[in-house]
Amino acid sequence: MTGMSEPIGALPAAIAEDRRDLAVRIRRSAEYIAIPLFALAVSVVLFSVFLLAIGKSPVEFFELVERGGFGTAFSLQNTLQRSSPLILTALAVAIPARIGLVMIGGEGALVLGGFAAAAIAIPLVGHVPPFATLFIMAVVGVAVGACWVGIAGALRYYRGVNETISSLLLTYIGIAIMNFFVEGSLRDLSNPNKPSTMPIGDAYMVGKIPGTDVHWGLAVGIVIAIALHLLMTRTTFGFAARVTGGNMRAALAQGLPVGKLMISCTMIAGACAGLAGFFEVAAIQGRANASLVAGYGFTGILVSFLARHNPIAIIVVAIMFGGIVASGGLVQRRMDLPDATVLVLQGLTFVVLLVSETLYGRFKIFQVSGAADRT
Amino acid sequence: MSNTPFVIVIFAMLGGALRVSTPFMFVALGECLTEKSGRVNLGLEGTLVLGAMCAYATSFHTGSPWLGVLAAGGAGACLGAIHGYVCKLPRVNDIAIGIAMMLFGTGIAFFFGKAYIQPSAPRLGSIALGDWTGNPQLASALQINSLLLVGIAGAFVMSWAFANTRWGLIVRMTGDSAPSAKAMGVSVDLVRFLATTAGGFLAGVGGAFLSLYYPGSWNQGLSSGQGLMAVALVIFARWDPLRCVVAALLFGAAGAIGPALQSVGITQGYYFFNAAPYILTLFIMIGSSGSKHAMRDAPGELSITK
Repeated sequence: MTGMSEPIGALPAAIAEDRRDLAVRIRRSAEYIAIPLFALAVSVVLFSVFLLAIGKSPVEFFELVERGGFGTAFSLQNTLQRSSPLILTALAVAIPARIGLVMIGGEGALVLGGFAAAAIAIPLVGHVPPFATLFIMAVVGVAVGACWVGIAGALRYYRGVNETISSLLLTYIGIAIMNFFVEGSLRDLSNPNKPSTMPIGDAYMVGKIPGTDVHWGLAVGIVIAIALHLLMTRTTFGFAARVTGGNMRAALAQGLPVGKLMISCTMIAGACAGLAGFFEVAAIQGRANASLVAGYGFTGILVSFLARHNPIAIIVVAIMFGGIVASGGLVQRRMDLPDATVLVLQGLTFVVLLVSETLYGRFKIFQVSGAADRT
Repeated sequence: MSNTPFVIVIFAMLGGALRVSTPFMFVALGECLTEKSGRVNLGLEGTLVLGAMCAYATSFHTGSPWLGVLAAGGAGACLGAIHGYVCKLPRVNDIAIGIAMMLFGTGIAFFFGKAYIQPSAPRLGSIALGDWTGNPQLASALQINSLLLVGIAGAFVMSWAFANTRWGLIVRMTGDSAPSAKAMGVSVDLVRFLATTAGGFLAGVGGAFLSLYYPGSWNQGLSSGQGLMAVALVIFARWDPLRCVVAALLFGAAGAIGPALQSVGITQGYYFFNAAPYILTLFIMIGSSGSKHAMRDAPGELSITK
């Protein structure tokens, strides 16, 4: 496309090569956008068939999603509020994915990070100024999350334990640890209804972004997504990590510190999820309790896969899914559908999306003749 | 026999092992069959939950719990068939598909299951094996369900079939080396498709046990992750159906520690004991993954042990 109309022979070979590279890259990027969009369209069609089969109107469904998620200023802010933890938990999947690990432990790191942040706040509230308290809470949440997922990374490297399964098990263990403390030694006895830790108090909560009803977690999430994108694409660390993800043996042969890279990537992942937990506690709940186990970690897996583990794309996809989650209540009330409808839609999208992986490289239009075949 | 707390806890754990282990056993046998053919199905949690829902709904509508068991197996086989078909396409990751199928299966089960949370369906009966002991705790611990016996029989059949039948040999060959299977004129994709479908059937039956016997009703928190632990159980059992039975009993006993201790008044650490099967699984994986000895029995084509 680009430069093809000019006589290539007249250009120096290097420039011709460059332009050719660009053409290849543009076509391949188009493939990375077109195929997920196609998969999304197929899932929408399949889901519509599903709704028709049970006698509901798919048009009404998607209209309600649009209205409940994006239609008004209020619903849009609700959507953004929900997409902030999704960005962070999706990053917790995307970064290990770049190094070739399928990590699904974001939920556990979110819960434990949030719990640790709430627990460390108990002795600080009332003695330390709010800003310092929040800073300490965030650091503790991030550190705990990083260590928790880091365990799975270390086990993978040192013992060859499958990271997908170990991170899932760690999620369940993490939730049990939180329940143990929340219903035991750290329980706020003045709150008999729902076992929770002591509230951190309104004065200590993370504020809203000025002019909106959305807390700062969204801005922080977006900044971190961009920073991680730069880390993975513009630094030696990111390059080494991607080489390792592409071919572990080649990385080892090159003398790359594969173990360090793996553990760092998993710790970054855990840190993101832990930060999401911190914001859930410090900006929404005000305390740690079972509400932290809201499935953000699991939806984050889907967001990351749909974004093809690209941090910038994650921001967009997370906002889309935040809208679907936010509109759940409206859809449920208006159409008399069970709350699991969103889960069906998510599961269906996820399956179709993974199946669409098989389409890469099959369409002539995305291929440039003579370009090395992607395998 | 005295009624010291220790004896009560031991009996409760024995009862727990016999009662709770059946779903573990079925998912482990299903996963074992699938993995023997060289593929991993991580989505058995979704299969289990969907099986539980279908069993309960069928039992409610037809009045026959055994038809429910069949329906659960059928639903599980459908999910297994989707997994088996999709994974044969190039560049499709069987582990990621497993996670997606787990989400999908659970979603479908919760969606259609909402109507069945309230009504009560006929449940499977139990067989009293312990009445002769004259000890009420032992007698209640030995109340077992016929599905447990079906599972144990299934394990023996599977173990025998792997060793002695043509089909067993074909499954093992496909799992150990796809090129040799191809050279022998065996369709690798077909064998894996059938093994995943049959594995899904077994996991679905395990789900029927959850809703029709113990805990014995349908609700969204019914499964406590038995399907997730299937993969670890099979690693622990080193891909041997008979050892799957032992592993399932062990996991059942570990899961029963919490409630057993609670029954004698020890409530401290209830949540930790609840997490005991997960912790046990993790340690088993740490213990077995690194060693060449434990991995010797693994099918050669398996992606999780490579």
